Amino acid sequence: MTDWVIEGSGLTKIYRMGNQEVHALRGANVRIQRGEVLSIMGPSGSGKSTLMNILGCLDHPTAGEYILDGEIVSHLTNDQLAGIRNRKVGFIFQSFNLLPRATALSNVELPMRYAGLVKGRTQLAREALESVGLGDRVTHRPTELSGGQQQRVAIARALVNNPAIIMADEPTGNLDSKSGKEIMELLLKLNRERGTTIIVVTHDALIAAQTQRIIRLYDGLVVEEPV
Amino acid sequence: MNLWQAILEAIESLSANKLRSGLTMLGIVIGVGAVIAMLAVGTGAQDTITGSISGLGSNLLFVFSGNFTEDIRIEKPLTLSDAEALADTFQAPSIAAVAPAIQGNGTVTFSGETANTQITGITPQYEEVRNYGLLEGEFINEEHLLGRASVVLLGPEVADKLFGRREGISGEIVRIEGQPFRVLGILEPKGGSSFGSQDDLVLVPFTTAQARLIRRSRERVDLILVQAVSAEMVPAASDEISQILRTRHRTELGADDFTIFTQQDFVATAQTITNVLTIFLGGIAAISLLVGGIGIMNIMLVSVTERTREIGLRKAIGARKRDILIQFLTESSLLSLFGGLIGIGLGWLIAFIVGRIAASSGTPFTPVVGLDAVLLATIFSTAVGLFFGLYPANRAANLEPVEALRYE
Repeated sequence: MTDWVIEGSGLTKIYRMGNQEVHALRGANVRIQRGEVLSIMGPSGSGKSTLMNILGCLDHPTAGEYILDGEIVSHLTNDQLAGIRNRKVGFIFQSFNLLPRATALSNVELPMRYAGLVKGRTQLAREALESVGLGDRVTHRPTELSGGQQQRVAIARALVNNPAIIMADEPTGNLDSKSGKEIMELLLKLNRERGTTIIVVTHDALIAAQTQRIIRLYDGLVVEEPV
Repeated sequence: MNLWQAILEAIESLSANKLRSGLTMLGIVIGVGAVIAMLAVGTGAQDTITGSISGLGSNLLFVFSGNFTEDIRIEKPLTLSDAEALADTFQAPSIAAVAPAIQGNGTVTFSGETANTQITGITPQYEEVRNYGLLEGEFINEEHLLGRASVVLLGPEVADKLFGRREGISGEIVRIEGQPFRVLGILEPKGGSSFGSQDDLVLVPFTTAQARLIRRSRERVDLILVQAVSAEMVPAASDEISQILRTRHRTELGADDFTIFTQQDFVATAQTITNVLTIFLGGIAAISLLVGGIGIMNIMLVSVTERTREIGLRKAIGARKRDILIQFLTESSLLSLFGGLIGIGLGWLIAFIVGRIAASSGTPFTPVVGLDAVLLATIFSTAVGLFFGLYPANRAANLEPVEALRYE
């Protein structure tokens, strides 16, 4: 029996823009196995970001059912979704989104704070930073770090609560090719060592080629899903 | 996220924008400072005024001729015989002492020094009724009264003006309205009063004043001071005075042609006036606190807009609505709490300076910063911060994570 970490069926998202309805997703079906590394590709306007937002529990689907890590999450309230994101999803953004005033350590501690963890936070955050190779930069602020290092801090922050999936939205988009390569290597290493499911949303075919599987979106539908 | 962390994080984020936080706080500082200073000045004024009224004597009633509230056709003046009738212990058992007085203004001179002052013609009972003490010499007695003696008691301020000292004056001859009077003694200072200084006066025997200094139709007195046996008997004494005077003035029906004030009336009136004054001043000061609160709201709204992406990120990694709400409310309440604390210091300083200025201009007056005012200001300013922070914080907490993350 296959261990599905993500099971989305008939995922539909309709936005209202004035009087017009925009169908961003038209009943997409997505299933992802635990421990997979895959990428989501598609031209702009294909519903890529919408799918990522729904899979990352940032948004509700208008219709369809979504099961994440064994829990039906498509009908939860906003605060319940916040809890799910906190425990089960790690986010990596194109523009890093670190708190500029906080040190690398505090940035990594942040998800644990919202999880209500009081003891041992610093230790866990330090370990997470060591695992991304930044053990000697814990007290640096984002402005004192290079782009690649900032993205590593973001990765440490994403994995510190041991999530079921890591969602990376164009993780190398703001980096030079060398740092971009390092970041992809790091993500693949995390997948090998920890077995974390990693979903990369990207335009870049070279990045997508490094993943085990590619989901292509076109006009709000998944058009190709070879397992 | 516990409260302590929220406070630490709020301090961190406020100190990231020191100038902006400082200016925002300034609004609250000025508001709270003004409220504290105004309340302190009001309370100080009240203490001074009630203190000086109590200094007049104890269990006093003041009988004036005329009716202060209603028009009356024929007004009989108060007379010496009225005073004598009040002193009758059978008709008026609640009355301990009666002291009629006439008052006028005059010039007192001594070897080229001149003092314009109030001249009061009194009887020996006046000493007891008004609680007068003497720095030196003796009080006016019955013999002086009977002999229309040319003797005078000087108030300490008059002594200062004429002699430049307050002792060794008894026996000197001063001139009142050109006539020679022997100084009998010097009164103890009673301090300032809302009715003018109580120390700038001279006392002469009633009969002497009547005959030589203050022109009055025979028998007529300006004021009768009555002392009740005890504080509880003041209302009874007041009733007895009314009874006796109505009978004597033949005004059993209709309006009285005299007015009785008790010391408590004065205190109550003075307190009402100073309370109104305090509330008025405090109210005006509270408006500036309100303006300060609006300043906080303004800055918090800017801050929410600036940090939209940060809010989006916090929500993405698991912050609930409540977490964001607490984060921003903590910031706004801390702003106003710190502002409030500094404002209390400022208000204290202003009150202190006002007290100094009053003291140097000759009115001893101590503004009182009460603990209740401090507590009120602290609670009120924090409440202002919470109230005006609520809207911006709510706005932040209700942001959609997807929208917030996309915000540029």
